[in-house]
Amino acid sequence: MKDTLYQYILGIADNCLILGQRLGELCGHGPSLETDIACTNISLDLLGQTRSYYQYAAKAKGGNATEDNIAFLRKEREYVNVLLVEQPNTDFAYTIARQFLFDVYHLLFLNELQSSTDMTLAAIAKKAIKEVSYHERFSSDWIKRLGDGTKESHDKMQKAINDLWTYTDELFHQTLADEAMIIAGIGVETSKLREAYDQQVTDILTEATIAIPDTKWFQKGGKKGIHTEHMGYLLNDLQYMQRTYPNMEW
Amino acid sequence: MISEEVHIAKELIPILEKVSDPEIPVLSILEMGVVRTAVINDNVVEVQITPTYSGCPAMDVIGDDIQAALKREGYQSTVELVLSPAWTTDWITVKGRKALEDYGIAAPLNASADKEALLEGKRIVKCTQCGSTNTQLVSQFGSTACKAMFQCEDCKEPFDYFKCLK
Repeated sequence: MKDTLYQYILGIADNCLILGQRLGELCGHGPSLETDIACTNISLDLLGQTRSYYQYAAKAKGGNATEDNIAFLRKEREYVNVLLVEQPNTDFAYTIARQFLFDVYHLLFLNELQSSTDMTLAAIAKKAIKEVSYHERFSSDWIKRLGDGTKESHDKMQKAINDLWTYTDELFHQTLADEAMIIAGIGVETSKLREAYDQQVTDILTEATIAIPDTKWFQKGGKKGIHTEHMGYLLNDLQYMQRTYPNMEW
Repeated sequence: MISEEVHIAKELIPILEKVSDPEIPVLSILEMGVVRTAVINDNVVEVQITPTYSGCPAMDVIGDDIQAALKREGYQSTVELVLSPAWTTDWITVKGRKALEDYGIAAPLNASADKEALLEGKRIVKCTQCGSTNTQLVSQFGSTACKAMFQCEDCKEPFDYFKCLK
């Protein structure tokens, strides 16, 4: 049970860590000062949430586990984030599209997690949902602004949505840990969030004059630790200091 | 888990009052509503603090500052971070709001007005320089996780707004 709980927490937290890392890469590189600050603020929120989850995961795991070695010392196959969040910052349209496709899911997910019978997870969710509602607001606004902007911004946003759409189905796949935790009253039935997700995403994209891709084929694997090529490079950055100077502290 | 009630032992108030958020030095952590409990147990002070935002980097510093301040007064202490109930801007005291305004950070008016200011674009936030409410949201994200950026349309000064969490 403890090990399943540990796996379950990772399934939530790894998404926050990896997306936080991606957004952190934009520090000093955002297209404008305000968006730069916004992306790094969102990154900070996500990393804060990650810390809460990993501290709890370390307790569930026991032994020598700490939030730091969970974050920095796992191998690529041991990270169970969805493929969507590890996709690169290609351009601002991709950054926003990735954020939006995740935020809508994240908000729906946290809304359910708030009523988990696990008090710690419910408390983290109640804290995080307040922050994530600002994230979703920010990304939806930019989806509309770029989608319904100039021809160039529209085309770029449409391309980003077309490319990233293929990673959205995985959000709703339930792992063995998910299923065990749902039975225990702890976990969220993500497969049930699909309908609300599609509705909300469609509403915003329609307002943004962006066509919904009619892809029938979707990528998956992240939740089983099988990642896209980008993940190795991301982890190389993320883990560099701990791999080079093991156990270093600030 | 703790309740919304704050429990702070009387003799600890003057000590904790001197500890402030490093990002907002004018505001004591008590006025900010960050300290949830501070009780003396067998000569050890047990403090529970709650973060404003999950990723607030000031929390580690605040924890250390609390322990240092208590140590100066001869107390050993433990500091625990609690998440529930989640912090809200409603916990900033009246005195705290005043201190924020004087420092140049507009304070949240109240919870519902606050959402309108940040999400509906209503012009209800007062400029900290000239007092005009003819102000505009520049970005929902500011220099720290707990602040949004505004600009006054009358005196043209930019200013921070302490962002609502509700």
